[in-house]
Amino acid sequence: MPDGALPVLDVRDLKTVFQTRGGEVHAVNDVSFSLKPGELLGVVGESGSGKSVTMMSLLGLLPSPPADVRGGTVNFDGDNLLDVSPEKLRSVRGGKIGFVFQDPMTSLNPVYQVGFQIMEPLRKHMGMNKREAANRAQELLELVGIPDAKRRLDDYPHQFSGGMRQRVMIAIALACDPQVLIADEPTTALDVTIQAQILELMKELRDKLGMAVIWITHDLGVIAGIADRVLVMYGGQVVEHAPVQDLFGDPQHPYTRALLKTIPSIAGERAARLTIIEGQPPIMAGAPTSCPFRDRCDVAMDRCAVQNPPRYDLGDGHDAACFYDARTGGPRDA
Amino acid sequence: MLDEGKKPLVSIKDLKMHFPIFAGLLRRRVGEVKAVDGVSFDVMEGETLGLVGESGCGKSTCGRAVLRLYDITSGSIEIDDREIGATPQTELRDMRPTMQMVFQDPQASLNPRMTVEDIIKEPLDEHTKLSDAEKRDKVGELMDAVGLNRKFAKRYPHAFSGGQRQRIGIARALALNPKFIVCDEPIAALDVSIQAQVVNLLEDLQEQFGLTYLFISHDLSMVRHIATRVAVMYLGKIVELAPREALYAEPLHPYTKALLSAVPEPDPSLARTTERIILQGDVPSPSNPPQGCNFCTRCPSVMDICKRVEPEYREVQPGRFTACHLYNDTNDTAGQTAGHEAQELTNKENST
Repeated sequence: MPDGALPVLDVRDLKTVFQTRGGEVHAVNDVSFSLKPGELLGVVGESGSGKSVTMMSLLGLLPSPPADVRGGTVNFDGDNLLDVSPEKLRSVRGGKIGFVFQDPMTSLNPVYQVGFQIMEPLRKHMGMNKREAANRAQELLELVGIPDAKRRLDDYPHQFSGGMRQRVMIAIALACDPQVLIADEPTTALDVTIQAQILELMKELRDKLGMAVIWITHDLGVIAGIADRVLVMYGGQVVEHAPVQDLFGDPQHPYTRALLKTIPSIAGERAARLTIIEGQPPIMAGAPTSCPFRDRCDVAMDRCAVQNPPRYDLGDGHDAACFYDARTGGPRDA
Repeated sequence: MLDEGKKPLVSIKDLKMHFPIFAGLLRRRVGEVKAVDGVSFDVMEGETLGLVGESGCGKSTCGRAVLRLYDITSGSIEIDDREIGATPQTELRDMRPTMQMVFQDPQASLNPRMTVEDIIKEPLDEHTKLSDAEKRDKVGELMDAVGLNRKFAKRYPHAFSGGQRQRIGIARALALNPKFIVCDEPIAALDVSIQAQVVNLLEDLQEQFGLTYLFISHDLSMVRHIATRVAVMYLGKIVELAPREALYAEPLHPYTKALLSAVPEPDPSLARTTERIILQGDVPSPSNPPQGCNFCTRCPSVMDICKRVEPEYREVQPGRFTACHLYNDTNDTAGQTAGHEAQELTNKENST
């Protein structure tokens, strides 16, 4: 990917809080990242790590209340998306930024034909008439590899299989030639052989259309195969950020290292026993004053309990939020 | 066979579970969903048999049918030297303590209005004549065994996390000292870091209590970790059954090959260089399976014979079973030889 290119999307210090009866839940804490044109950024984390909420916050998709986007900036196309009017934001969503959700059955409207649903953004955002939109919709279905596209436009979502539905969702997201495509666990609900089809399709489309993609998943295997750079999230924070080769070859945060060890592989040496990460993910009540991973960490220090580690720059686009320096085996200087 | 000293604890022969489809004004029977269509396998004492396949292939139905949670269509199920294939449900009751199940979704399989103690104690109430104090002791022991704090016995399931709830489900399954446990996707609903905890727990318990597992999962890498032997299902049938190492090192059936090559590899350099077999299309409907081999519509090495004759499920190497015409040299059923060149399935790519 071009290194010097200006980022198409730049997120700084994003902070989202949910108001609940039990108090505040700090779901996203000072998350920053940027996305270059044509790049595929992988975001990994367990459920509740804040990966989906981050993406929904920056597009204003969270209902408020209970959600409250407290701070930060989201620079896209010369605007701060957190400040722009709802009308403007609506034109960005589904227009210049496409979104693919996890479950294709619940995100397609079951009472409308898929053709109508693909044509909707085309007519709203691109001002196409019915015939133009229909032609474009057919092209899009062909692009995502649905055979017999013209006839399938008149079908309803229930007439498609899971993999085909996800292709329809991708077609809708691609409808207005987005600069950025955000895919939130797009293959989690699918079987492995279908997942392989969709991953192949995404790589192809990215090369063909040159858009930037944010791919959210909990599956490190998927990330390894598809991403250029990776953000690892834990407890609402970015704990590590690195080019994909470095992340797998030289992980720096204890959470990333533990995560890579817990997953069994179908190739290579079979471990007699799986390494486990003891304990449970944190409950994110209150603003973080300590490292969210310290209770489960094998290199935790006193300092971790009183201070939340910042993201230390480790060079070559690699950073990790940890007071422990895995390269020297000692604590990092303040 | 491999474990010569061991005998099968569970022996399944030609198990079929068909669900009728009723349609039309008169609700006539118009067909059937062949969820499990002629499956045979043994589970040896003390082993873990992994049962893998994609959603809808019938693996869960198979697991439930083996425990007779359904009234099966036909076939024989022998567990612990007792034939239960046709036993009426009421008579199965005294058999239940030896065979138990751990369900996929710990949220849905635990009664939210019962405390953890009541949930784990329920099988003891039903099947034993222990006193209340003895039952309480037993519940405490079980909670220790699965790594739950005894102090939480009076709490309700909602107070526990997903991994802990799955531990409650496992404790309940263990309550009656079963020999055989069907684990139906026990880790599918859990996070990666919690999955490893539960898998390790299942392995510890197996060693401690000498359990035999049928481990149903779609996660091939986790099955490689836990299973002794692995059976691969496709559209209601077992297409391949082999010892773990052999299956992962050298899969025989084209579907197993495709399935294994589709698993994302958590290693970027490997993931980008390995050649993937991308299957075309989707799984056919189990109510209307294709003629001949069930996999013939998507198989990269399909031959003429596959579209006409169903391949026989047989032992092609010691301990390795598969149902594929590529491995039938002497085509006794077909009458027409498949041809020697067809065995070179790796080089055939013309069907895409």
